[in-house]
Amino acid sequence: MEFFIISLLNGMSYGLLLFMLSSGLTLIFSMMGVLNFAHASFYMMGAYFGYTLSNLIGFWPALLIAPILVGACGVIFERLTLRKVHKFGHVPELLITFGLSYIVYELVQLIWGRIAVVFPPPEILQGAAFTIVNHSVNGLQFFWGGVPSELCQTTDAMIRLVCSPFPATRGFMMLVALLMLFSLWLLLTKTRVGLVIQAALTHPETVESLGHNVPRVFMLVFGAGTGLAGLAGVIGGTTFVTEPTMAATVGSVIFVVVVVGGMGSLSGAFLASILIGVIQTFAIAFDYSFISVANSLGFKLSEALSNNSLLKLTVSQVAPILPYLFLVLILIFRPKGLLGTREG
Amino acid sequence: MSSYKFKPYNVGRWVIWSLFAIVLICAPLVFISNLSGTILAQMGIAIIACLSYNILLGQGGMLSFGHAVYTGLGSFVAIHALNTVTAGNANIPVTLIPLVGGLAGIGFAVLLGYVTTKKAGTPFAMITLGVAELVFAMSLMFSEFFGGEAGISGNRVVGQSVWGITFGPQIQIYYLIAIYTFICVALMYAFTQTPLGRILNAVRDNPERVEFIGYNTQRVRYFAFIIAGFFAGISGGLGALNFEIVTAEVVGAGRSGGYLLFTFLGGATFFFGPIIGGILMVLAFVLLSEFTKAWLLYLGLLFLIMVIYAPGGIASLIMMNLRVASFGKLKQIWVSYLALFVTSLVTLVGAGAMIEMIYHLQLNSTLGDTLIFMGVTLNAKGVDSWFGSLFIMLTGLGLFEAVRRQFLMEWGDIQVEIEKEIKRREAA
Repeated sequence: MEFFIISLLNGMSYGLLLFMLSSGLTLIFSMMGVLNFAHASFYMMGAYFGYTLSNLIGFWPALLIAPILVGACGVIFERLTLRKVHKFGHVPELLITFGLSYIVYELVQLIWGRIAVVFPPPEILQGAAFTIVNHSVNGLQFFWGGVPSELCQTTDAMIRLVCSPFPATRGFMMLVALLMLFSLWLLLTKTRVGLVIQAALTHPETVESLGHNVPRVFMLVFGAGTGLAGLAGVIGGTTFVTEPTMAATVGSVIFVVVVVGGMGSLSGAFLASILIGVIQTFAIAFDYSFISVANSLGFKLSEALSNNSLLKLTVSQVAPILPYLFLVLILIFRPKGLLGTREG
Repeated sequence: MSSYKFKPYNVGRWVIWSLFAIVLICAPLVFISNLSGTILAQMGIAIIACLSYNILLGQGGMLSFGHAVYTGLGSFVAIHALNTVTAGNANIPVTLIPLVGGLAGIGFAVLLGYVTTKKAGTPFAMITLGVAELVFAMSLMFSEFFGGEAGISGNRVVGQSVWGITFGPQIQIYYLIAIYTFICVALMYAFTQTPLGRILNAVRDNPERVEFIGYNTQRVRYFAFIIAGFFAGISGGLGALNFEIVTAEVVGAGRSGGYLLFTFLGGATFFFGPIIGGILMVLAFVLLSEFTKAWLLYLGLLFLIMVIYAPGGIASLIMMNLRVASFGKLKQIWVSYLALFVTSLVTLVGAGAMIEMIYHLQLNSTLGDTLIFMGVTLNAKGVDSWFGSLFIMLTGLGLFEAVRRQFLMEWGDIQVEIEKEIKRREAA
């Protein structure tokens, strides 16, 4: 039970991190038609900026300033390069962000080195947010924060006792993501800026003739989207590892999220992020293979079958390919994505 | 180029293809060192791979991030076929092993391409990325087929030698690759002239209209994808024969990205562009990576500049200048070219010095603070080295911008003159 709760929460927090990234990606895509291939690179920039700034001015100011810096980089990139190739169509736009991902990867290695940097969370986020203690006699107990070690130890061999802490960084990640989701929703639906953005999504010419500067709106949306990626980067960098390959690790997964959710659909991206986050986290936690399941069910397998490498694979070994398998299945059975409206 | 057509023979085409064959035959006689032998062999392989990629990118408008899946899986199947031959369980001549790779390419393209080509445009790009990641993740899971970390190695000297050809020496494998390269390039050129090749261009340019005249665009993309998979598999099979070892890296994202980058740099809009791209790819991977550790950074920057200023790649630059030259206007502009070249070189030297100094600080700091860049000793921690490099770069950049503006004006004038000349000829 406690395993289920903790895994679910871990999956949700990872899914929410994916959503922080895929929301920006979706926003940029639905607005400009540009698939920002370098989105995960901005995530990585956020992590490294956060690392450097938190060494200089502390974590909390860095959490605020690093995303702004990343967003500024996004604005500059849009203004200097992306806008120039807009007239050539979508393929050059995709290519230019592809080129940027190479450059960012190399620059990060150039400045911060090829190995991971140590980017610890601040004091208050180290340790557990809460702990679930499963006592075979007293039942499930819930404690805020960590628990003293004597609660998790028992001398009685008859009592089964498991302590499952939930890391505070992951809780913080969920909190920030939900706040961000809420404020994004408020911004898009309740403010004047949001109205202009939504109108520019579908009718750019009309919005332009009403006197709004649509290229500038595009630029700001691009900046905001990359800034969100930067924010996710600061948090993701402390929770996971800050290293030059972090962009590639998360990059292909968020593309899967965007396709699975339906291109250009924010709610679809949300659903797909959570789904993929939960599926992947659960899959990693299970160590069963086809053979072990068959054995536990009492089937006797032949020698050849139990040495078959396909059947020997455990669920946790298969976990890395699950998002892509999911992608292929979705494309076969529901080509427009979970909540998508258009077949593109 | 309609003016050069002679019936019944197209002389221009015969000349070009004969020249291509002569270059393929003579290249190892001119570059005789060991290194150039392997480089030439790799170039042939890369040319086939980039051309097969261009069936998707240039002719079909399909931006694939996973082309290495087909070259790589072709390599794996080819090396397994080779090992089966070595074990005596099959009897395939070594010369036909690349075809086995090609058939594997077809097989995987039929299987995976069905999902991939359901979409076009941006979703297509993302799905190819997903499929590439899927295959790469699988390559780490199934160590029997992919050989795990060590990869699968083989030995290409098997079976009876025909006329003393054992494929042991590099020169023999080079000529095998050269023959395959020539045939594949010819076949792929022929493909552009077929009805399928033509309708593929139409699908790229206006899919809606193609649907209206009664073609299924999805099926056209699918067929093109399978053909691209075939040639990719052949190039993979040749790679397996050439290196005699295949590791999981050949299906990786880096390899796919390389095909995309260099096909684009060479020029996706012309048939011969990817040939330039393939040659550049091998030169960059083998020579540039020896020359500097920051080569990927230079490559990325070059790619960015090319996408912005020359989306047709090097091939389009060549064709534009051929047009200028054929109207005899090149002599008006060559001074500007020279100036552009010199100023960009100056900028590059300045920027390069700074990049190399940072790399030196990052990676080789144990070797001291000094490094030698283009014959000059730089002190990576000295102010004067930094100031000097910055000064050189900014000077170069400023001059370059000034020359560029002048050049753009001249270029525009020349284009106007050429248009006028064309109109005059038409009227005459």
